[in-house]
Amino acid sequence: MQLSALTGSRLRSARVALGLRQGDLAQRAGISASYLNLIEHNRRRVDGAVLQRLADALGQPAASFHDGVSGALLDDLRAAAAGSGAAIGAVSDSQPEPARAEDFAHRFPGWALLLADLHRQNAGLVRNLAALNDRMTQDPHLSASLHEVISAVASLRSTSAILVETDDLEPEWRARFYANLAQDSDRLAAGARALVGYLDGFGQADSPGIAAPQDEVEAWMAALDWNLAGRAGIAVTKDELPSAAARKMAQDWLDLAASDARALPEPDFGAAMAAFGPDPVQIAARLGAKALAACRHIAMTNSGVGLVMCDASGTLTLRKPIDGFALPRFGAACPLWPLYTAMSRPMTPIEAVIETPGPSPRRFVARAFCEPSHPGGFHGPELRTAAMLIFPDSAGRGVAQPVGSTCRTCPRTGCPARREPSIITG
Amino acid sequence: MTKRVLLIEDEANIAEAIRFLLTRDGWQVRVLGQGAAALATVAEYGPDLVILDLMLPDMSGLDILTALRAGAATATLPVLMLTAKGQGRDREAALRAGVSAFMTKPFANAEIRAAVRELLGG
Repeated sequence: MQLSALTGSRLRSARVALGLRQGDLAQRAGISASYLNLIEHNRRRVDGAVLQRLADALGQPAASFHDGVSGALLDDLRAAAAGSGAAIGAVSDSQPEPARAEDFAHRFPGWALLLADLHRQNAGLVRNLAALNDRMTQDPHLSASLHEVISAVASLRSTSAILVETDDLEPEWRARFYANLAQDSDRLAAGARALVGYLDGFGQADSPGIAAPQDEVEAWMAALDWNLAGRAGIAVTKDELPSAAARKMAQDWLDLAASDARALPEPDFGAAMAAFGPDPVQIAARLGAKALAACRHIAMTNSGVGLVMCDASGTLTLRKPIDGFALPRFGAACPLWPLYTAMSRPMTPIEAVIETPGPSPRRFVARAFCEPSHPGGFHGPELRTAAMLIFPDSAGRGVAQPVGSTCRTCPRTGCPARREPSIITG
Repeated sequence: MTKRVLLIEDEANIAEAIRFLLTRDGWQVRVLGQGAAALATVAEYGPDLVILDLMLPDMSGLDILTALRAGAATATLPVLMLTAKGQGRDREAALRAGVSAFMTKPFANAEIRAAVRELLGG
């Protein structure tokens, strides 16, 4: 197992969080304080046995200090391997080895990042191409423009041929056909201009971009450090988010964040966090707010807390990542996430310790809650929204529920909830 | 007796060109610019051939074709479908609905004259 240059820093952070002095931790781990000092400043590599003793003394799994290649990077590499098999197979007998993705990322981190980045770009281009294809084949405006041009051309062709090929054309007919030619020429010119203008618009800001609107919005939120409440009152510009759909979604999130901040004002919110920790149900109860609002506000104001939200279809509508817990970029998530348990049990707090797969499993606490709403009153449908907070399991409590990111990239064989074969295990 | 052609086409200049061509060939031609009165006009005019535009402003040519095929008197009436769309799915839909022949705009005058001659057995 390779260790990060930052393993020492992680050990130091964990020790400080527990209020331990270097000497105390060193004594518990059976090493000298000076050696621990070197380790914590990343000036000495720490071997497996010492790391295990330090981790035991800190009450955390040793894996939490490993240089785990990020789950998102591994997911991208595995997805890249899955998506390129056919193309590579056409020119070579060799195939990518998804099971060796982590080894590859360790040995060639720069190449791994490049490959993952290229895969993401390629996925974006494929999505963009699909959107353009939909637009070309289904857009009523484009269809109408083409119909107009073709109709004008059809009329011009028939009329001009009549004028050229009919030697004994009566003057009255000749005059009418000339008038029709002039009329259709104008119509063709106008139709062609409209069509060119429309096609030019494909490259403009409101046309589908490389990223899906949700991806755009989440990247924009990440650039704001997820501090949406701090951004309240400032309109989202085209420079920030090129697509109109993304701007609309971003504005909705800004409005929601502002509403959450009003419902959970400081200093009461901070006091509740200090009293309960990231417990959205208790915080919401104390401040008279809704638990979903508390989920969002906790995640948006705490960098160490991840958040996923979904609607009743299970579609993830927000993905705020947390280090070590891979979130699916495409497709549906792991059905074993407590998020989906909460969806089936509205208004019931669901908590579980969950563990990620792979050689360096990480444990997290997941707290999920689902709230139904009835925007149409008695005559409208019931809508459901669920949220799940994710944060490290620093207490190391109980038995963890094994989960994954999404079946496609999850290596857990024999998982009873699996809906498709894994590209890792075949 | 001169055979009758009912041309259902909303593009006035195209309709005028077709009417001119077919009249010169000796056919009797009536032009209808909308689809709504198509069935009533067929019943009243009694055409030997219907030339039908697929995309009419008020209804689809496919709907008219389907209605014609459902009527006992018009189930076998020759229908030549015109469309500005040359996509395969339109052609397939028209064939499924029982079209006799299919022509994509822009067409050559000789093509439509030949198609009409063939469908009218002339």
